[in-house]
Amino acid sequence: MGGSGEKPQLIKEGKRLDGRAFDQLRPLKIEANVLKNAAGSAYLEWGNNKVLAAVFGPKEALPKHTQDPDKAVIKCRYSMAPFSSIEGHGRSGQNRRAIEISKVTREVFEKAVMLDYFPGNEIEIFIEILQSDGGTRVAGITAASVALASSGIPMYDLPYAVSVGKVGEDVILDLNMIEDNYSDADMPVAIAPRSNEVLLLQMDGSLTKEQFSKGMEYIKNAGKFISAEQRRALSAPYETSAAKYEGKQ
Amino acid sequence: MASTIDAVKGSYVLELMENGTREDGRSLLDFREITIEKGVIPNAEGSARVKLGNTTVLVGIKADIDSPMKDKPDEGNLMVSAELLPLASKNYEPGPPGEDAIELARVVDRGIRAQNMIDLKSLFIEKDKVWSIFIDVYVLNYDGNLFDASYIAAVAALNNTKIPKYEDEKLNRSETTQLKLNGIVTSCTFAKLAGKVVLDPTGNEESVMSARVTISNDENSIRSMQKGLSGSFTQNELEELISVSFEKSKELRDKIGN
Repeated sequence: MGGSGEKPQLIKEGKRLDGRAFDQLRPLKIEANVLKNAAGSAYLEWGNNKVLAAVFGPKEALPKHTQDPDKAVIKCRYSMAPFSSIEGHGRSGQNRRAIEISKVTREVFEKAVMLDYFPGNEIEIFIEILQSDGGTRVAGITAASVALASSGIPMYDLPYAVSVGKVGEDVILDLNMIEDNYSDADMPVAIAPRSNEVLLLQMDGSLTKEQFSKGMEYIKNAGKFISAEQRRALSAPYETSAAKYEGKQ
Repeated sequence: MASTIDAVKGSYVLELMENGTREDGRSLLDFREITIEKGVIPNAEGSARVKLGNTTVLVGIKADIDSPMKDKPDEGNLMVSAELLPLASKNYEPGPPGEDAIELARVVDRGIRAQNMIDLKSLFIEKDKVWSIFIDVYVLNYDGNLFDASYIAAVAALNNTKIPKYEDEKLNRSETTQLKLNGIVTSCTFAKLAGKVVLDPTGNEESVMSARVTISNDENSIRSMQKGLSGSFTQNELEELISVSFEKSKELRDKIGN
């Protein structure tokens, strides 16, 4: 959506520009606990996206009027680095897009985190898009999930997120920047994998009900892989130390 | 912070919902009464005031000569803004738009854009000169479901928007032409409370809803969707709501068309 200039041919002979099948993810790699100062953190590379997520807290929510006496509040900031885009220098500060994405991201984790454990506290989530190549909000959510879990904050589930879109009448998974710019629809979705409930749903463009359903199937299938990578990232540090320990025996 | 009265109203609404009834007696998937008045602000290029039950939204549209975006030199600009005016609710405060106002504006913007309601290329005048269309959503009274009220008001206002004549580097606002539109987009907003899903939530219902989803569409396609709040929907629920949205949008299109 929103691309300028001549529309490139996004699908040739049933393959996408980067050679992927319609329901194929870009390469995804996540590493947990990459930042020393944060309570939890994650670094994620997804296609050409490079994303850092960090979690601070739980700590006393300040200013005081933001406190909820019954549960913790989540504060979330999604932000794109001014050098992150292949286009020119990005405007710094929180634009309207970033404010909206921060809001919908926060709402994903308000469902996933056991907030009742920390009344009066805040949990801060910072998502920094260091390099962007389409689908940064879903990359941010997938990374923030790992950052939250790595901080030890109790969670009901480990949400993942991925987008689907449409080129012509073909539904495709995990749009990159060019596909995103020239697609006929874009639908980022976040899912709680244990129940398959939808935590984030946005969409614009043009979709039929059938295409929506097909997109959701693509997302749930891809989710198995994304969830597995999230879990691998979380357990990897402990597996290496366990291996070392066992080596000494 | 919710007052005690608000809390009582909220639990009343939830109690009703347990029995599948609503505070105003509507069935779960009905809209409140909708009234649309077009052309209420004659100074604006287009305008409409929409009442959806007690929710009142005024949309004004202005057109100005502007320079195009760098990356789209042959297209005009479209800008949707929303103001939750302090006179509309005791919970609204003066100041720059907060995240709720920004979300409202962006969701309305996405539907109108995805529908291609305005052909932005038709807003091109000459090199480095295009029309900018400003859609300003003014919430005058809040009683739930600002999304649908704003969609209806924005589309109704666009429907009666007249673009001034531009000649000899001057705007002539006394000679106008009707803004050409491609179809109509409307939205249906659903709220989840007490495990049930209702269309067109009131303010009291919104105060206790766990999740919200807005689905906008035309005759053939979904044009935009936005889920809000911390609750969730299942895929099955969403598929049903998409069908309801297609069904209900016929009523809305008929209402706006008159």
